[in-house]
Amino acid sequence: MTAATSMMGEPNEAGRFGEFGGRYVPESLVPACLELERAFHEAWDDPLFRSELNELLHSYAGRPTPVTECRQLSSELGIRLMLKREDLAHTGSHKINNVLGQALLAKRMGKHRFIAETGAGQHGVASATAAALLGLECVVYMGEVDVKRQALNVFRMQLLGATVIPVTSGARTLKDAINDALRDWVASVESTYYCIGSVVGPHPYPFMVRQFQRVVGEEAREQCRVILNGEDPDLVVACVGGGSNAAGTFAGFADTKARLVGVEPEGGAANGHGVAGIVHGMRSNFLQDESGQIEEATSISAGLDYPGVGPEHAYLAAIGRATYESVSDAEVLDAFQRLARTEGILPALEPAHALAWIIRATEEGKIAQGERILMTLSGRGDKDVAEIMELLS
Amino acid sequence: MSVRVVGPLEERLRANRDAGRKLLVPYVTAGLDEGWLDIVRAVAAAGADAVEIGIPFSDPVMDGPVIQEASVRALARGTTPASVLAELARADVEVPLAVMTYVNLFAHAGYHRMAQSLAAAGVSGAILPDLPIDEAAEWMSEAEAAGVDAVQLVAPTTPEGRLLRICEASHGFVYAVGLLGVTGERADVANSALVIARRCRSVTETPVLVGVGVTTPKQAVTISEESDGVVVGSALIRRLLNGEGPEGAGAFIGSLREALDDRWPGTQE
Repeated sequence: MTAATSMMGEPNEAGRFGEFGGRYVPESLVPACLELERAFHEAWDDPLFRSELNELLHSYAGRPTPVTECRQLSSELGIRLMLKREDLAHTGSHKINNVLGQALLAKRMGKHRFIAETGAGQHGVASATAAALLGLECVVYMGEVDVKRQALNVFRMQLLGATVIPVTSGARTLKDAINDALRDWVASVESTYYCIGSVVGPHPYPFMVRQFQRVVGEEAREQCRVILNGEDPDLVVACVGGGSNAAGTFAGFADTKARLVGVEPEGGAANGHGVAGIVHGMRSNFLQDESGQIEEATSISAGLDYPGVGPEHAYLAAIGRATYESVSDAEVLDAFQRLARTEGILPALEPAHALAWIIRATEEGKIAQGERILMTLSGRGDKDVAEIMELLS
Repeated sequence: MSVRVVGPLEERLRANRDAGRKLLVPYVTAGLDEGWLDIVRAVAAAGADAVEIGIPFSDPVMDGPVIQEASVRALARGTTPASVLAELARADVEVPLAVMTYVNLFAHAGYHRMAQSLAAAGVSGAILPDLPIDEAAEWMSEAEAAGVDAVQLVAPTTPEGRLLRICEASHGFVYAVGLLGVTGERADVANSALVIARRCRSVTETPVLVGVGVTTPKQAVTISEESDGVVVGSALIRRLLNGEGPEGAGAFIGSLREALDDRWPGTQE
């Protein structure tokens, strides 16, 4: 195990990062959250669990994923850009890291029904994959709007043996999928494990999911040191919806001198434009109207269509350890195409947000010439190709 | 423990319970339609001991499809916490009112300000199903200072020591969630409803009401064998969504009242 970072350590006993986090769930679920917290700590401290997880991450998910230096794009922008290639992990995104951890935990806890919510479908596909591998029954809640725009991922989940339930409440996207998964869990808590896909929800989820994702940041730090002759990058960038790939990435660099930047979509910038609130089990920043009703996020990428953000990101923003920027859909489309043409990589629309900000910040001088940048490329763009074809035609 | 201040909600429920009457608390979604206050008055006149006023929220995770739909309708009409409280302030209802909503609306306004606003509107209780006791200290102290009873919930999964702690802390009544699941009608009484009522009543003098799943007069009677009464939400709201209006609401609540009073006679005031 690598040294724990003092900056992104454990939340306090109440599951808080500063004033954010907590466990705001219906009473029916409180005992389950407490049980999960105990089970996670025991598992995380158990060398057998860790070696079983590491073995799966290695031989099944394909870890470690490489870091790729972008030679042409770097030279165009006058920076040194390195990509942490989570697009090369099994199922095509970083989501598999968390899901393998939680599926092993579910088995260890004796829960055989595994439920998940999904936005773009990446977490749903990863959940269906892990469930198939480990012999769990899998049910995925997905907003009806997302079911339509990510039809291939729906079919993928079904091929993997999962049941996909289209959610017809609210805006019919990720927020509503989480609501319905929580409603399922309220009714089924004794037999069911709820596998949350991001660093959101009641304690211990934001902490646990970040721990399962910190492998991204820890690998990247070591890989950067090899590339940079023992030094750390100046800047670390990742996209943020709920914020799981960013949390895992930042965890590896929080105790270095690197500047940390999370990039949100303009229409879903909970840290940028939201205010503190309590939804989905956590106190964090949310987009809300003047009465406190939660507003709908809108973005080109289903995976970032979330009006809230993980509580640790709200905390990192509050204490100034990380900053959060936002980019428009148009900038994202440009960045997507630019990476494709310069480096031969089709990124998912989510990490294209991170790249879009890097391009703009370089042009605006917010990133200095010659800066060494590690960006997490959290997933591959295959799932988005049909949507992009439509947008560009 | 400090001296327990009993608010008007708990005072009324205790008095009615101690007179041998079973307690009946219907739930009405505020702002459901223009005449929603007439529904509140109708259920009060039909024998409700208190009325729960649902302030609609965008993400009601404890609610099933019926109350979700009512919430969507009310929000679409422009209903806000402020508009609900303004209407309640002028409502002049005979029985105590308790609001039921989700914690974000209170957190957004600020607990102090919300507690004062509730009291000013004549609301004497509040139920927040996503604010478990571990997170509730600040809200409970603001509510108590304003004279608003902060009702706490227990669930079938609540272990013994925690149940005792919740029952001691709850003001107004103890809301015993009768089953594992969200609000909605059920064909049968869950055994868990009887068990949870029994467990709560064995440790507290505060009235214990069972909610979630209470659908018919017969079920209300069965559950009240073990509890001090029931909360009825979805079964009433479904009738309202079907357009039954104040008369239908009054008739339904009246039928529950009658069934309870038949089973526990000599309880008429």
